[in-house]
Order: sequence, then C-alpha cells, then structure tokens
Amino acid sequence: MKGRQPQLQSGRLFDKVYFPAMSICASFLIAGIVFALLGFDPVTAFGGLLSGSLGSLSAWGETLNKAVPVALTGLSYAIAQRCGVVNLGAEGQVYIGALCAVLAGTELEMPAPLHIPVTLLAAFLGGALFGTLPAVMKNRFGASELITTIMFNYVALYFVHYMIAGPIKDLDSGSNFAQSKQMLESAQLPRLLAGTRLHAGLIVAAAALVFYQFFLFHTTRGYEMRVIGLNRTTGECAGMNPRTNTLLSMFLAGGFAGLGGACELMGVQLRIMENAFNGFGFDGVAVALLGGNAAGGIALSSLLFGALKSGATKMQMRSGVPTATIYMLQGLIILFVVGKRLFDYRRLHKKPRRHPAKEDV
Amino acid sequence: MENLTSFLSSLIRMSTPLLIAGLGLVFSANAGIVNIGTEGFMLLGALMGCAGSYWTGSALCGALIAMAATMVFSAVFAFFTLNMRADQTVVGAAINIFASGLTITLNRIIFDTTGGVPVIATYGPMPIPGLSSLPAVGVLFNQSVVCYLAFLAVPVVWYIMKKTHVGLEVRSVGENPRASDTLGINVLRTRWWTILLQGLLSGLAGSYMSMGQLSFFTEGMVSGKGYMALAVVVLGCYSPVGVLGASLIFGAGMALQYRLQAANTGVPYQIITMLPYVITLVAVCGFIRKSRSPAATGVAYTKE
Repeated sequence: MKGRQPQLQSGRLFDKVYFPAMSICASFLIAGIVFALLGFDPVTAFGGLLSGSLGSLSAWGETLNKAVPVALTGLSYAIAQRCGVVNLGAEGQVYIGALCAVLAGTELEMPAPLHIPVTLLAAFLGGALFGTLPAVMKNRFGASELITTIMFNYVALYFVHYMIAGPIKDLDSGSNFAQSKQMLESAQLPRLLAGTRLHAGLIVAAAALVFYQFFLFHTTRGYEMRVIGLNRTTGECAGMNPRTNTLLSMFLAGGFAGLGGACELMGVQLRIMENAFNGFGFDGVAVALLGGNAAGGIALSSLLFGALKSGATKMQMRSGVPTATIYMLQGLIILFVVGKRLFDYRRLHKKPRRHPAKEDV
Repeated sequence: MENLTSFLSSLIRMSTPLLIAGLGLVFSANAGIVNIGTEGFMLLGALMGCAGSYWTGSALCGALIAMAATMVFSAVFAFFTLNMRADQTVVGAAINIFASGLTITLNRIIFDTTGGVPVIATYGPMPIPGLSSLPAVGVLFNQSVVCYLAFLAVPVVWYIMKKTHVGLEVRSVGENPRASDTLGINVLRTRWWTILLQGLLSGLAGSYMSMGQLSFFTEGMVSGKGYMALAVVVLGCYSPVGVLGASLIFGAGMALQYRLQAANTGVPYQIITMLPYVITLVAVCGFIRKSRSPAATGVAYTKE
C-alpha cells in the first residue's frame, strides 16, 4: 500500500486480543444504541442473534457454512494486501468462480471423487484469471486497482446475470426465473455432520488457510510478496520483480474468491440466481481486516461473521430488526479495527513515537 | 432531432450527480484524500433527500437534510482518517458497508415498503425563458436548479483552486504536508474542511439521483456512481474543468446505455448495462498516465 502509516505493531499477544475485542464491543454498543433509537429492543435482538448462530447444533452448522465463503474471500483480500495490492474485487471474482463451477458442475459428467475437485479447480482458475485482469491493468497502465477491481465487480455481476438469463438458463425446471441449472449430484459437496447442513466446504476453507500460511511464511515467493508489500523499493533493490508478484498475488486472490463462490454454490445454493452471491466480497474485506491478514485471525473472524449472518434471520424474527443491520455491525467493526488508536491506552500516558522516515514521501 | 433532444436531456441528468460529487472530490483529492466512502455518502444522501422531502414536502428541505446527514458521515471519515490516522481506503470501505445496511433499514422504517411508492417533492425543471424554447438544445435550459448550480460551480471551483490562497493551501497540503505545516498552514484543519465539503456535495449528488433522476429511493441505487466519481476526478486530472469533461463522457456512456436499451438493438440489456463500467475501465487505463495524483495521497499526517 502506498504510504504505510505508523502502526501499533507490537507483537504482544495481549494487543492481538485487546484491540479486536474492544472493536467488537464498541461496535455492538453503537449498534445497540442505533437499534434502540430506531425503536427496537437491542437485548431481544442480540439474544436472537446469539441463539440463531450458536444456540443449537444445526445453528452451529449454519454458522460454519456461512463462515466458509467469507473465510475464502477474506484470504482473497489478505493475500493481495500482503503484496501491497488492495483487492476490492472479490465480489466479482466470487461470481466468476461460481459461474465456472456451474459450467463444470452441470455440463461435465463424472464420478463425485473426480467431479468435485474438477469443479473446484474450474472455479479457482476462473476467479484467478479474472483477478489478474486488474493486476495487468495496474502493471501495464498504472491504473489504480481501487477503481478497476470495483468496476470489474459490476462487469462480472451483469455478465453472470446475462448468462443465467440466456445461454445457461435452466429451461427444464419450468420456472421463469433467471437461474442456472442445478449442480449435478456428483458435483455437490457432501454433508459432514448428521442433523446439520454443514458441508465439506469447511475442509476447502481450512486447506486454503493452511496453504496461505505455508505459502507466505515458508516459501521464497511468499517472502518476496511480503517484502514488496512492506516496501516496494526495498524489494526491487533486492532483485525482486514487483510486477510478477503483483500478478501472482492477484491470481491467488482471485482464486481464493472463486473457491469461496464455488463452496457456497456446491454446498448451499446449488444454482446461481440473480444477486445470490452479493456481499461475500466485501464481507471478506472485513474478515481480513479484523483478522489482521493472518491465517488464524481470518479463521476466527470468519466464524464471527458467519455467526452474524446465520443469526440475522432469527434476530429479525424475534425483534423485527431487519437482517440488513448486520452490515451496519460489520461496517462498525471494520471502522473500529482500523481506528484502533482510539482504544490505545498507551497513548494516554506516553508520547507517540516518531516515525519521520516512514511518513515523508 | 427527437433522438438528439432526449439524448441531451439524459446526458445532463446522468452527468449532474457525477459532476457534483466530482467537484467535491476535487477539494479532498487535491488535499491528498482518497475517499471511496463517496459511494456510501451518495447512498445516504439519496435516501435522506427522499426522506426529508417526504417529511417536509419540500425538495429544498430534502436536499438540506441529505447534506446534513452526509456531513455527519464525512465527519466520521475525517475523524478516523485524520485524527486516528486509519487507512483511508479501509475507512471508506467500512462506511460503504455501514451505509448499505443503514439505508436499507431506514428505507423500510421510513417508507413502509409494503405499500406503494410514496409521492415526494422532487427537483422540478426550471425553464430559462427564451433559451428553453430553442430547437434541440432548448432542453439544456429546461433543467432543475441543482443542474444549473452544478455547471455554474465549475468556474467557481476552478477560480478557488487556481487563483486563491485557499486553493493554494489545499494543493500544498496534498503535495507536501510537512512543508505546508512549516509555513504555518494547519494541515489537519485544511483536510478536515475539504472532507466535510466533499461529504456535503456527495450528499447533494446522491439526493439528485433519487429526486432528480428518479422520484423515489431504491435499495443500493447508487450502484457504483460514487466510485465513478472518483474515476472522474482521476480522469479529469484533479481539475474542475477536467471533471466537467470527464463527467460528460461518463454521462454520455450512461445516456447511450439507456438509448440502446430503448432502441431494441438485439444486444441483451445486461451487456448494455455494463457499458458505463467498461467505459470507466478503458478511461482509467487509457488516460491515467497524464493524470498525476498529489504526492501525499493516502498518507496520514503526524505533526512533529
């Protein structure tokens, strides 16, 4: 990222828990006040949220299911961010991944042990290639990925809408809705636990988290990416190619997001409908930020976001608070995570350390 | 002739929100701020404009309420990015997510969406006598007050940015905050007011989308126009005149999109809907080299 700011980066475990915990508390506090102002009962609302997300075995299954795609889109944002690229395009990469998965999962016929990996691979490659487009534009033309990734979101969304209304529309079901065919049995992710809808996407997400950690911290390429993300000039002086690394980081970012779309499709939705995958990309941004772009952090924060999503329906049933308020909570959490200086107790009795070299451009 | 008239009319209506938001961004972008939260500001402005107009029965009050609401949001943005020195992009993204949730919730509470679309006061056209009856181009002089103000503001903003001390301060803060500080310019205060002004104008732009282009609010209606306003500023080389040109290009893309949809060309409408976004992509790639962002863009300033 251009112009890194002095950050409160002490490696102390206490801080790693303290700041996210404070952010979450502050967010719930403010959201509770907003609920009360709008005429709802915050206690009932948060009670419904809790019981809908963690109150029973099947609720746990839903929470984990909802955590899977956002963990993957979180990785998508995180791996780009580690290389100094801001990927706000996971939204579109999810759609393209899901589209490729639908093509592989409805047009090909093969036994499940082969079909599932092939479908996942198709989604990965689709998302990854789509993700490299903004990277190419950045390398070749200097186009800011902030704008291009967001514009590609809309291009992907409308392209998928076109596909499901035309070329790959499900003509057999007799319904007039724009939707794709249903995934073949052999391309659906199996259930993991009886009595819940928990599906094998959990394994995919876990594998991706392990891969992320291994790749960044135990391979040369991952090291190069981190160096370039921290200081592009240093990387260049050491003979690393920032363009290649930008390209690769966006390739992987798109691939993670594509997998996120595929897991949601193959485990939950089973077909693409209009706007069915909206929001996963930006949820991922929140998850990555809350998790500090670290594998463990992303795993935990995706659980939190999964819980928010799965509990939202019950919250609406019990207290009338619309499910859309979950987005307010998410926005607040991000705001307080990046604005953590607000909770910096050390600031109260210590002068801020100076980082003149870092701030001069 | 009929086609030209309706094209010009939709060109003006499509360009206006980009122009208003873009002019606001000229201030903050020159001061070194990247605010992708503009999307959320516009969304909130669109809703609060409608709500204000619904409550008071006056479009002017709607506009004032919209601007007041977005100024509160921009104060939050300014506080977190300037005082807490949080990353601008991330705070902007957070504001967008928050705004999408807030507007959906408020929309359902205020307008009781189970019923029909409520009737609200909108920015009605104000024909300019004489000019508005000209053939073909007369439609340009039969627009709402907000449109006229937006286009008239271009030379004003140009004058402020290029010829006054205030404009010089804004630009120097964006180029080199440390040097500006040394010269006695209050960096934080300058950035604070540019962000507040930008929020105010984004709110007006959003309210124009719901009360000028349409006469109601729909969920997620801004759909990327805030991001396009950012692209307009980059494409317009951070100058108000450039912003005017760029918003006309983008507006033409959107007007063309509606013309093509109406013309029944056989191209699926989803593909045509992509047009403004594709134009943005091409524009950002093709012209960005000539456009140079202020040196201190995106960097928080810490006073020594």
